Amino acid sequence: MKITGATLIMRLLERQGIDTIPGIPGGANLPLYDAFHDSAIRHVLARHEQGAGFIAQGMARATGRPAVCFGTSGPGATNLLTAIADAKLDSIPLVAVTGQVPRGMIGTDAFQEIDTYGLTVPITKHNYLVRSAAELLEVVPDAFRVAGSGRSGPVVVDVPKDVQTETICVDRLPDPGRPDPPPALRGDGIAAAATLIGQAMRPILLVGAGVIASGASGVLRRIVDKACIPVASTLLGLGAMPDGHPLAIGMVGMHAARYTNLLLEECDLLVALGIRFDDRATGKAAEFCPRAKIVHVDIDASELGKIKRPDVAIEADVGEALRALEPLLHPASRPTWTGRLAHLRDTHPLAMPGADDPLQPYGIVRRTAALVGPDALVTSDVGQHQMWVAQAFPFTRPRQWLTSGGLGTMGFGLPAAIGAALAAPERPVVCFTGDGSLLMNLQELATAAEEQVAVKVILLNNARLGLVRQQQQLFYGGRYHASTFRAEPDFAAIARGFGMRAYDLGAAGDAEETLARALHEPGPVLVNVPIAADENVYPMVPPGAPNREMIGGESHAGIAA
Amino acid sequence: MPASQPDLERPARRGIVLRLVVRNHPGVMSHVCGLFARRAFNVEGILCMPVGEGAHSVVLLLVHEDARIDQVVRQLRKLEDVVEVGPAPGGHDAFGSVAGYLV
Repeated sequence: MKITGATLIMRLLERQGIDTIPGIPGGANLPLYDAFHDSAIRHVLARHEQGAGFIAQGMARATGRPAVCFGTSGPGATNLLTAIADAKLDSIPLVAVTGQVPRGMIGTDAFQEIDTYGLTVPITKHNYLVRSAAELLEVVPDAFRVAGSGRSGPVVVDVPKDVQTETICVDRLPDPGRPDPPPALRGDGIAAAATLIGQAMRPILLVGAGVIASGASGVLRRIVDKACIPVASTLLGLGAMPDGHPLAIGMVGMHAARYTNLLLEECDLLVALGIRFDDRATGKAAEFCPRAKIVHVDIDASELGKIKRPDVAIEADVGEALRALEPLLHPASRPTWTGRLAHLRDTHPLAMPGADDPLQPYGIVRRTAALVGPDALVTSDVGQHQMWVAQAFPFTRPRQWLTSGGLGTMGFGLPAAIGAALAAPERPVVCFTGDGSLLMNLQELATAAEEQVAVKVILLNNARLGLVRQQQQLFYGGRYHASTFRAEPDFAAIARGFGMRAYDLGAAGDAEETLARALHEPGPVLVNVPIAADENVYPMVPPGAPNREMIGGESHAGIAA
Repeated sequence: MPASQPDLERPARRGIVLRLVVRNHPGVMSHVCGLFARRAFNVEGILCMPVGEGAHSVVLLLVHEDARIDQVVRQLRKLEDVVEVGPAPGGHDAFGSVAGYLV
């Protein structure tokens, strides 16, 4: 059959199972957009390419499957960069297809020409500049193979306009790209890990995004129950173990509950599963779990020994490794260690002042959680609100919590929530955001209204860059600069202007009742929640300090910071 | 030239030479060099030539042999265009033989 490069791309994407593509058209990808006319793929028109990239990320994070976004050349591509870099840091499978100027004009500083290939080398797993329509037969399936293999990540496919319009004869379409099999599991590492777990008196499991990526929550739970090992989580591992499990000790690191960091301080064996020892989790890495031997399981060999030297290193899919480990573990009850856990949890719990008041940080998180129930998907932006949600929302399953961990991108939450709602239209979706973060991709309110996605934006509004203000208070002698917004937009009015329903809890007679009404509305809704400017996230480990040096968060007293 | 030649050889003696087989296309060197730059790995010298029919190139990298060399190799193995990574036996001779052309 005769086929253009643009139509060929659409056929190959359809064969990959892609049904929805967010993006923005422009001069250099118009042939690709023309090919939507005879494709079943639905296009979602974002209002900024960064929004398109994060909508795709929301789809990928909610499902675990690679998602696609489209952008044109030049500014279209540069606008995508932040979403691509974010996907790299958090290992999210994303395939960004960008238009490029025609082949003959590459290198001439043509209109909207930028070296997309060169710009995306450091922020992708791999990237391609497609030099002929025939190459697409290899490149498109390969892009999906790379994005989903091993440690997932983003891939860029840059397609010159004249490659999109080039007509070629194709006999048959290639098979869809599928992930490579994970690295072969070596039994000696598993046996050594089982021996260390058997010998340990005070073991802890620390689970990260790798556990969620490998779908290992089920076997994790069985191992935890069988061998009686407390489980801590990184920010991105939340949900791998259900909140409320007696051995789940929550998030570790900079804003962990005191008892969690204290228990890690005492452990004699750390079993690190699908984590990369990020500095926000470890604090000063040299003093992280100072008494512990380390077993490290990760699918990316370059993470083993990068930050902490493990006693046993296992390059493997976490789920496969845990399934091999399970039969080698002896049932245990560890009364001394679990007693110590209970004692520390009683004496140094996570303090959640105001947890019943929807006009206070923990209260809005806890009341929203109670009202939306366990089926909801939850996204956040980046800042104080993100940490309050990470601390206080009762996550009960993997892929329930979508947040920007590694890159820490303000502006992530709203478009990611739109993507999550597109991927899981049957679930309620809540986006917790701040007034600083929301303004960074505010334009996607238009996309949410246009698509009528069931996204509930809960805006914790303190008219501040709150976490910046907090750091200026704690570490810069209270010298505040550039962390206060002197202009305070009326966000509820803005949301209505975009065509959404909106509520202001500060102006509501009964905040609790208003919140419930807002969350039960169909379609997109914004809820403005005024938050006192001096609210801080506690505890806090100062950047660069060991995790035992926590500021604030004592349970028995109000925080006088 | 005689005065400068020992300076070129000295790093060769304390470093090691890695041999990469890479897919030969216009972007591959930016992947390899970019990795060294962004991970703050030192590279003292690079030699690159196409081999066989031209589908692949061989890259010789003269690098410091320090505690991070294992991490360098693991990161190189993650590059899609890098087909093989290993030590280059006799690689120092290659850098020695071109030294005269460079100064």
